[in-house]
Amino acid sequence: MLISVYVPFAVTAVLAVLAPRLAHVLPPRRAAWALACAALVTAIGWAGALSLLAFTGVAQIPEVAERGRWSVSALQAEDPVSLVVAAGSALVLAAGVVSLGLAAGKQARLLVQARRERARLPQESELVVLDDDAPTAFALPGSPGRIVVSRGMLRRLTDREREALLAHERAHLRCRHHLFQILWRLTAALNPLLRPLAVAGGFVLERWADEEAAQRVGDRKIVAHAVGRAALASAGASIPAALAATGGAVPQRVRALLAPPPPRRTLPLVAGGLLLAACCASLVNAASDSDQMVDSAQCAAYAATATAPSVGEHRREPDFCFED
Amino acid sequence: MQERGDGGAREASGRRARGQLESDVLAALWAADGPLTAGQVREALPGDLAYTTVLTILSRLYDKKMLVRHREGRGYAYAPVRDEASHTAQRMRSLLDGGSDREAVLARFVSELSEQDEHVLHQLLTGHDARTGDDRPTEGA
Repeated sequence: MLISVYVPFAVTAVLAVLAPRLAHVLPPRRAAWALACAALVTAIGWAGALSLLAFTGVAQIPEVAERGRWSVSALQAEDPVSLVVAAGSALVLAAGVVSLGLAAGKQARLLVQARRERARLPQESELVVLDDDAPTAFALPGSPGRIVVSRGMLRRLTDREREALLAHERAHLRCRHHLFQILWRLTAALNPLLRPLAVAGGFVLERWADEEAAQRVGDRKIVAHAVGRAALASAGASIPAALAATGGAVPQRVRALLAPPPPRRTLPLVAGGLLLAACCASLVNAASDSDQMVDSAQCAAYAATATAPSVGEHRREPDFCFED
Repeated sequence: MQERGDGGAREASGRRARGQLESDVLAALWAADGPLTAGQVREALPGDLAYTTVLTILSRLYDKKMLVRHREGRGYAYAPVRDEASHTAQRMRSLLDGGSDREAVLARFVSELSEQDEHVLHQLLTGHDARTGDDRPTEGA
């Protein structure tokens, strides 16, 4: 308990720093899955470890101890966690849960809105063309999803670049990329340390769709040009001032497409997997330690009442006491 | 020399779903400067589609009232039904104008560019070396 309960925090911090870097050297499909696993496991580890720490504080409240029939003094004697740490953990956990709830509500509203707009689209085809000269292209998820492209975008691309654009958006829909995005957003809402994973994840999904498009078109250069030209056309149309500073993703995508496909590396995956396994194992270890601590505090409480004069109420002896 | 190497990427084209073929044809017509005949559409499409396949898709889209056509020679030339007055485009724009949260649900093809990005992109696309970290145009290379 003393150390193992803090391991999930350490793993989260390490992954928050390393995962985005690793994500750029892995093939995008693997990177996306790796980031999704990392976000999910560390979010659970984070919440679990905070709960265990918070519990050690809550368990020392006399009313709680009374209900749980354990001895507060025995718990205090054994407990290596200071009350400040326990209270802090409880606060962080509460803030995370509230923020997770808010983010989940927001994403649900957005999904409903997207669904409603999809239902209102005039045609029943996969592709919806907006009669608009400003270049836009995006995928509207659902079953079936829709690809929305403006006339302005289609007219700025060559025949094969157009094929690349459609293949890219189809890959987003087919591989359900919005579910990855939602997972990353929710885990980042629970734990702000995971935000870099969400950012890297968004980039990796675009790369994944680019690679799928390159496979479909059979030429990486064409996809590179499609992405680059679409971005330049969109930039010429309108640059929202607030977003202009973020960028950087499109040139990286184009660069990656102009370079040979990334090699399949297993070492970063194995290392990440080991970290996640350590996170899970230490959480389980901390939980069982915490369980044992409560058990012995319950035994102490039972021993105290057994020696005291009868309180009228018969107390069942916890069956795990005095075993050894 | 046979072009068999291209078969990997192309082999799926024969079995591409109908919906995807319809999208491809529709996109080609919207991208064109004027009405296209079935033969011209076929040339603008990826892969080696049969002429009759293209004709079938065109008439299906025409039946769905997504295309208009007029006689040209022995066949028809097709164009998409223009729809500028519709509110669809406006609604789609408002769907996109919602900050970064939208990006989780709506996968946009390209994100916004900074001025520096634009500069780098121009370089990448005009055949300059894709050297990383080289943001300045090199003189007399």
